[in-house]
Amino acid sequence: MTDLLDDAARLRRGLPDDVGDRIVESLYTDAARIAEASVDRDDARAKLTVDRALDRVLTHRVWGFLAMGVLFFGVFWFTIAGAAVPSDLLYVLLVENGHAWLRDGFDAVGAPWWLTGLLVDGVYLATAWVVAVMLPPMAIFFPLFTLLEDFGYLPRVAFNLDRLFARSGAHGKQALTMMMGYGCNAAGVTATRIIDSRRERLIAIITNNFSICNGRWPTLILMGTIFVGAVVPPALAGFVAAGSVVAVVIVGIGVTLAVSWLLSRTVLRGESSVYSLELPPYRPPQVLRTLYTSIIDRTLKVLRRALVMAAPAGAVIWLIGNVHLGDASVAAHLVTAFEPVGWVIGLNGVILLAYLVAVPANEIIIPTIVMLTLTVGANTLGAAPGVMLELGDDAQIGSVLVSAGGWTLLTAVNLMLFTLLHNPCSTTVMTIWNETRSVRWTTVATLLPLGLGFAVCALTAGVARLVGWA
Amino acid sequence: MGAPLPSPGVGPPPHEDAGACASCALSPGSARLARLGMDPGRYDHVIALAGNPNTGKSTVFNALTGLRQHVGNWAGKTVARAEGGFSYGGVGYRIVDLPGTYSLLSTSTDEDVARDVLLFGRPDVVVVVVDATRLERNLPLVLQIRQITGRVVVALNLVDEARRHGITVDTRHLTRELGVPVVAMAARRGQGVPDLLAAIAQVATTDDPPAPLRLVHRDAALERAVADLAAKVEARFPGVPNSRWVALRLLEGDAGIEEAVRNGTLGDLATPVEAA
Repeated sequence: MTDLLDDAARLRRGLPDDVGDRIVESLYTDAARIAEASVDRDDARAKLTVDRALDRVLTHRVWGFLAMGVLFFGVFWFTIAGAAVPSDLLYVLLVENGHAWLRDGFDAVGAPWWLTGLLVDGVYLATAWVVAVMLPPMAIFFPLFTLLEDFGYLPRVAFNLDRLFARSGAHGKQALTMMMGYGCNAAGVTATRIIDSRRERLIAIITNNFSICNGRWPTLILMGTIFVGAVVPPALAGFVAAGSVVAVVIVGIGVTLAVSWLLSRTVLRGESSVYSLELPPYRPPQVLRTLYTSIIDRTLKVLRRALVMAAPAGAVIWLIGNVHLGDASVAAHLVTAFEPVGWVIGLNGVILLAYLVAVPANEIIIPTIVMLTLTVGANTLGAAPGVMLELGDDAQIGSVLVSAGGWTLLTAVNLMLFTLLHNPCSTTVMTIWNETRSVRWTTVATLLPLGLGFAVCALTAGVARLVGWA
Repeated sequence: MGAPLPSPGVGPPPHEDAGACASCALSPGSARLARLGMDPGRYDHVIALAGNPNTGKSTVFNALTGLRQHVGNWAGKTVARAEGGFSYGGVGYRIVDLPGTYSLLSTSTDEDVARDVLLFGRPDVVVVVVDATRLERNLPLVLQIRQITGRVVVALNLVDEARRHGITVDTRHLTRELGVPVVAMAARRGQGVPDLLAAIAQVATTDDPPAPLRLVHRDAALERAVADLAAKVEARFPGVPNSRWVALRLLEGDAGIEEAVRNGTLGDLATPVEAA
């Protein structure tokens, strides 16, 4: 049945070696001829395009990076400044009043204390907290980010970063998957399919976690606002807070490049692929449509996921806080066990326990930390357990963390670093497994960031203590 | 080397309310269009949506199905294959969004996927979305698809953007050159969707689609070899419509097509309909 193939081979021998190139060339000649005959070009108008002028700035070796910094800083600043008021409102409505009403309601119908505790103090409170902390920043951040994407800016970022990625032995398209990761790491890992070489694809998968995802932005923004912004005069607080978030993003890009470089020099050695990156034309963003889709598709989707994760996590938090083993609650035992490690890396036992509870979703880190601090911290400090109801706004969350949790600026800074550098959420880990089908690489992608997080946080804690800042 | 397109006629029972959905009347001039989202129910025709990256394929897909697949302004955004459906003039269509590719030369997984669907999936209509501002760069893909099949509609998208850049495309001339309908569109604004639907319906129902495009090679030796081998392909697989395209691939030593010759899959391309 291979007579045809033999014929083909015989005919091919009669043709020059570059027959493939000639066929392609012939195709492109025809395409050029048809295009030439069908297109009428008004060159005078074509030269006036804003695109070229914009690209000259946005992809400039120096101005390009500056513009990148300014644009992202602007996005974060808008998010931080704009989310404060609605966040406070939601907080008062859902966490303070909503919780009190629900508690009264449960008391009124004579529900047993453990049921009220599990459902109201656990499930409801965690969920309400997630909504109050996450909804406003997401509702501002996603539309802004999507507008940039719609405008055609993201490929320019990839273009700017391409040289850096090429130098670290990674694929230039990794800049694009990294951008996807800023939305969601699971999506970013899936997006690495655009990289054909397995070696470069693995590098992109392993380093995708260094792009801060949806679930982690709120933690960074909150820490930046409460702790970092608080050390400067109020007038500058917003700028410094946004600056601290941008700083973490830049550290993330640095770590991405460094880890890519290390991997491509050691276990994932090989050739760099060549590729062409098409810079699409700038398009006026469709503002209303973008607002609609980014709120429906991204904000609500992420929020739904957060809620689905927060509800059981709330129950777990309440249970470990209220089930006693011997003289202390399960949570207290765990916190005590984690405390030494936590201290070494400039965090504390509560934070490490919170990361354990929040493996399914990073979104619930802050609520988990606050609730655990209140349950465990309140007992150790001898404060009334009802203190959590008096939390009014971000500043009060901060004061609770400081007074009941013993937090310092070092704790906050290290939490920001740890937010960047820790294991991916379980969804991302599953996605990595699906995409690589390799236990080894899934393990590497999970544990490498965690190890880095421990190392970096231990280093900053050590230095800070040595210098006497903490 | 599968044929990953579903075959018509399977699926849940027909939607009685096709054409009667309230939100569909919103789309201008296409009152006969019922967008069925991801659940096309029973369908009569399969459409493959092809095109270079970042030509607005996803926008066209959304305009037809009413789905809101995320649309990004960068090449390579659509990684996973999306499917959806719509009904037009009482006829059900299932539409498969292929990954954006610059060619079908099989240099990447995406190109392999797109080529296999186009060749072995034998869709009833291939809609090729083309960027009017970059016609020259988009045409090679159109020509390659035209070499495989005549059941093609070219959606000349982004004509509004082209106009802003001082570019006008003569669609009548392009139609003559390519031998298939060319529809000017600005899919972001919903312009051209009714024309596209009409063209799709026409191509889907015709019993006599245009023959696959014959590109005559100027290189005489190459042209002789192609003609020679194409005749042998036809002798070996009677009724294969795109023998010249197959011959080209065999001359290149394309592994996928060689495999299809070896296991006889290529013979399936001779449809009873087209042979009759």
